[in-house]
Amino acid sequence: MSQTELDAKLLEVNLGPQHPSTHGVFRMNVTLDGETIVKLKPVVGYLHRNHEQIGERATYIASFPFTDRLDYFCAMSNNFGLALAIEKLGGIAVSERGEYLRVIMAELTRLLNHAAVTGFLLNDMGAFGTPLLYAFREREKILDLFEAASGSRMMCNYVRPGGVRQDVPPGWLDQARRLVEEFPRFLDEFEALLTENEIIRQRTQRVGILPKELAVNASATGPLLRGSGVNYDIRKVDGYSIYPRFSFKVPLGTVGDVYDRYYVRILEMRESLKILQQALKEINDASPAISPKGLALVKAPRTFRPPKGEAYGRIEAPKGELGFYLVSDGTPQPYRYHIRAPSFINLTILEDMCLGQKVADAIIILGSIDIVMGEVDR
Amino acid sequence: MLPPLEEIKTTLEQLLPGVTLAVEGIALLVDAKDLTAVCRCLKDNERFGLDYLADLTAVDYPPDRMDAVYHLYSMAQRHGPLTLKVKLPRTNPVVASVTPIWRGAEFQEREAYDLYGVAFEGHPDLRRILMWEGFEGHPMRKDYVVEDQDA
Repeated sequence: MSQTELDAKLLEVNLGPQHPSTHGVFRMNVTLDGETIVKLKPVVGYLHRNHEQIGERATYIASFPFTDRLDYFCAMSNNFGLALAIEKLGGIAVSERGEYLRVIMAELTRLLNHAAVTGFLLNDMGAFGTPLLYAFREREKILDLFEAASGSRMMCNYVRPGGVRQDVPPGWLDQARRLVEEFPRFLDEFEALLTENEIIRQRTQRVGILPKELAVNASATGPLLRGSGVNYDIRKVDGYSIYPRFSFKVPLGTVGDVYDRYYVRILEMRESLKILQQALKEINDASPAISPKGLALVKAPRTFRPPKGEAYGRIEAPKGELGFYLVSDGTPQPYRYHIRAPSFINLTILEDMCLGQKVADAIIILGSIDIVMGEVDR
Repeated sequence: MLPPLEEIKTTLEQLLPGVTLAVEGIALLVDAKDLTAVCRCLKDNERFGLDYLADLTAVDYPPDRMDAVYHLYSMAQRHGPLTLKVKLPRTNPVVASVTPIWRGAEFQEREAYDLYGVAFEGHPDLRRILMWEGFEGHPMRKDYVVEDQDA
């Protein structure tokens, strides 16, 4: 048999860019030997809008609404990351109540993100609709809270350097406490349906294994990294904001397969609930929602001229390490505004996880990474 | 804990004869020709153990300078960051790829290449990533002119 005849057995398939399982406009250029993947190249950029250049033309504060649109599931934590970098750059103190409100918002975001991504993952596996709608029912309750606090369900634009834009309305904290009280019931129900489910185990266990060493080397972060058993959670490592005050665990996987990533997310939701319980208990109204320096900055953004220098601020966003690299040249606009997007960098290792797997598995491996194209393409 | 920058600089210079480094602000300046040796040492030597490349990007300083910036952490020893900078000429900036050392650099180097035009030598697959094939220019450069401002 000649070489060409052998090569002809390989089939090149484009999954996407318009495909229900690609979580947005994303393409996988897959080379198949039968149904087995021998090569996979992700193609991104369909949603690219040069967010970083927009950031370099705007004042520091003016970038907040744009960060909402990065990972549009997690607007609150995106705001948080940028605020942290600006505070580092400009030496801005944060008000006590502001810190609590941010942590509460960030952990609520983690709840809704992990619930939704689990629903989407099940969708990818063929359980159409039902698990996703269970997750979205809970997400809706959290979005109601966001709307009450910020005026918008998804594009919250809420966190500011020094605290948060405005205090939460009366009764909000009680509503949040009720949600935290009721949420475990949803988790128990969700888990009863999924965690021990034989079909899910068959479908996800030992699929898309990411070994520990490779995960670290490939800069994987978030549940993808911890699913592989690497104990690295920036909330613990950096201890930013007021996270050192709360007691919570960092759940870890053992095998590093799709199932571990699923289960790490479920466990992380339980830990987030612990943080929320403590934060909602300790929060008091002894201080304003934003510090005086933060308020001055928000009221007159063009007067904020951080000294020449640079700062790299990072947080543990639901999808992994979200970093903002800011370089100041002493003007009201950042000279350089760079985002280290977890969804984007976690995609680096997609091919390695998919090689030798069936094409149907590539879909759920992608689903288990948890990407949002707004953040990948920026 | 990561030792102070000055100490890192002297240790590296002792370990790697012929390499001269400098400290600028919070960053360690590395010559383009030494980058691979310095990065290997930072990753493999237990005193540093910087096994995790968090962030890689470029910064444009017209008229003649372009920086490549690296943020390194250690996941095993839980310390960092160490900021590395490589100063490059703005016309035809070329620097060694660190993808063979940290796989996590693969897409980030492609992005810096795409948006800034920094060529990473030894990268396994250096193509544009966010812009499309056949696009001309590098849109994050400070002198890039957007064609249709009204759109």
